[in-house]
Amino acid sequence: MSTETVNPVTGKIDEQALVTKANRQDLRFAIIGFVVLVVVMATLFALVLDFMIDGVPRISGEFLTNYPSRRPEQAGILSAWVGTTLVMSATAMLAIPIGVAAGVYLEEYAPKNWLTDIIEINVTNLAGVPSIIYGLLALGLFVQIFRLGQTILVAGMTLALLILPIIIVATREALRSIPLETREAAFGLGADKWQAVWMYLLPAGRPGILTGVIVGMSRAIGETAPIITIGALTFIAFLPPAPLQDTFPFVNFDWLNSPYTVMPIQMFNWISRPQAGFHVAAAATGVILLSMTLLMNGLAIYIRYRIRRSSR
Amino acid sequence: MTTAELSGVSERRANYGRLVASEAFLRRRAITGNVIGVLLFLAAALSVLITAGIVFVLLQESILFFRQVSILDFLTDTEWTPVFENPRFGIITLVSGTLMTTLIGLAVAVPAGTILSIYLSEFARHRTREIIKPILELLAGVPTVAFGYFALFFLTPIFQTFIPNLSGFNLLVPGIVIGIMILPYIVSVAEDAMRAVPDSLREGAFALGFTRYQTAVRVVIPGAFSGVTAAYLLGMSRAVGETMVVAIAAGQQAKIALNPLEGAATITAYIVQISLGDLPHNSLAYLTIFVAGLTLFLMTLVFNLIAFWLRKKYREIY
Repeated sequence: MSTETVNPVTGKIDEQALVTKANRQDLRFAIIGFVVLVVVMATLFALVLDFMIDGVPRISGEFLTNYPSRRPEQAGILSAWVGTTLVMSATAMLAIPIGVAAGVYLEEYAPKNWLTDIIEINVTNLAGVPSIIYGLLALGLFVQIFRLGQTILVAGMTLALLILPIIIVATREALRSIPLETREAAFGLGADKWQAVWMYLLPAGRPGILTGVIVGMSRAIGETAPIITIGALTFIAFLPPAPLQDTFPFVNFDWLNSPYTVMPIQMFNWISRPQAGFHVAAAATGVILLSMTLLMNGLAIYIRYRIRRSSR
Repeated sequence: MTTAELSGVSERRANYGRLVASEAFLRRRAITGNVIGVLLFLAAALSVLITAGIVFVLLQESILFFRQVSILDFLTDTEWTPVFENPRFGIITLVSGTLMTTLIGLAVAVPAGTILSIYLSEFARHRTREIIKPILELLAGVPTVAFGYFALFFLTPIFQTFIPNLSGFNLLVPGIVIGIMILPYIVSVAEDAMRAVPDSLREGAFALGFTRYQTAVRVVIPGAFSGVTAAYLLGMSRAVGETMVVAIAAGQQAKIALNPLEGAATITAYIVQISLGDLPHNSLAYLTIFVAGLTLFLMTLVFNLIAFWLRKKYREIY
């Protein structure tokens, strides 16, 4: 207790001063907290605004339909956004089924034993492994040992591994929030475990799982480091083979084996060039990338908000 | 009920059983169920394979490297020049760059994150929290390459106006940006831990005449201590592994980083630099990216495991 709260005349504790002091301290912290909050918000705002000012004037139809070029004012991101779309398709096809399956196993099937414990610790740890390490894994395994080359398939697999923990955790949380009665009702109707999962639990958990999938995919869209280590090319002036064709069997998976570039790689490449014109192109790519990731995250937040409202 | 009626019931039940679940149906369903159980297990087990794959790849290449370079040199040499004629491999250089950006990041994120989580969990009204938390999630969703652009072309020129001897590539600005990036993670985990402290403890403190601030500092933080520490560690692990911001804005010169106003390579920036080059895949210089990766993996593994254990601990308390 400091001396200022002791009445100098009577030598007694001045309760009023003590309370005033504590309240003042409380208010001071509330103000500091609010200021920190404002600074953080301002930073996010400045980042978005910086990209808007630098990049938006550069975006045009040609920017989306041109290949990269040596001349900054003609450079476009056609191969990059097509590459991003295809890599994301490959990632989604791998990560969603595997991630949801693993989440279902851990939440509904897994017995309580050491193996389950290991898998759980492992998933938690994988979520914290830096993305560039996944790039090194893919470089050592997919590129050097399996000799799959620098293709869309390898990029898709790498990013799928990277976002697997996000989807697993989201699936588990979605299933955990479903009341036990749903399971009992399904079993009471004669369903076995898988029927209960497939017909009742997965549909009931769909919004939560979807949230995890969206957050994971938005993470994958912006990932740059692992794609660099597996060796994405930065100058691609052609498109991978189209996934649809007009002859039987109408779909074509040759694109999986095609070289590619993606938007974050294209952006990074332009940032590293000395000409200011390329920096503008990088900012324009950043605007598109930012809008996509912010929209996806916003959608995920909205779905989560709806879940909470409906469960109330 | 007469005996005849009873037998009628059991007969009906038997018929019913045949209609709904014949022997063959039950057998088929059991087989499907088992197959699916195995498939689900394999999906979950894949995560263990990923970790095993990471350890295998990093160790295998690192062993090749350490056949040619002694571990002692690797740990004690003060220069990192893998592509020179007389290559030297002192990992301290890269580690010092990584530690410098991480420490700067933590210097931003730990105070700001702690204040923000206390504010959100103890001070802010429900409505405010409902607005702020999604915005923090949006911040966490910004691609790292965008943060790199922001650090190099927006923040560095601004900082140069009041720190005149700040280089174009430096460790200070990327460090601060890393701090902003890890802030949402720290707040999310720390606030989670603070909210897990039961309200009865808060009510007890209020009844004793504590203010919100006194409650936060003397009751909530001690109660959530392990969780808050875990939040710092998780943030630290992210800061160590952060790649694009430093690859873009921190420079590529490998040297012992003492001055945050100058640029220096970090472990991650070095891996990016070599990956972009065209070194032959079997050269000694190329192996260094796996050794650097192993160093990085071990650093983050330690932080992650301690954080995992701490979070488990606070979950058990309440």
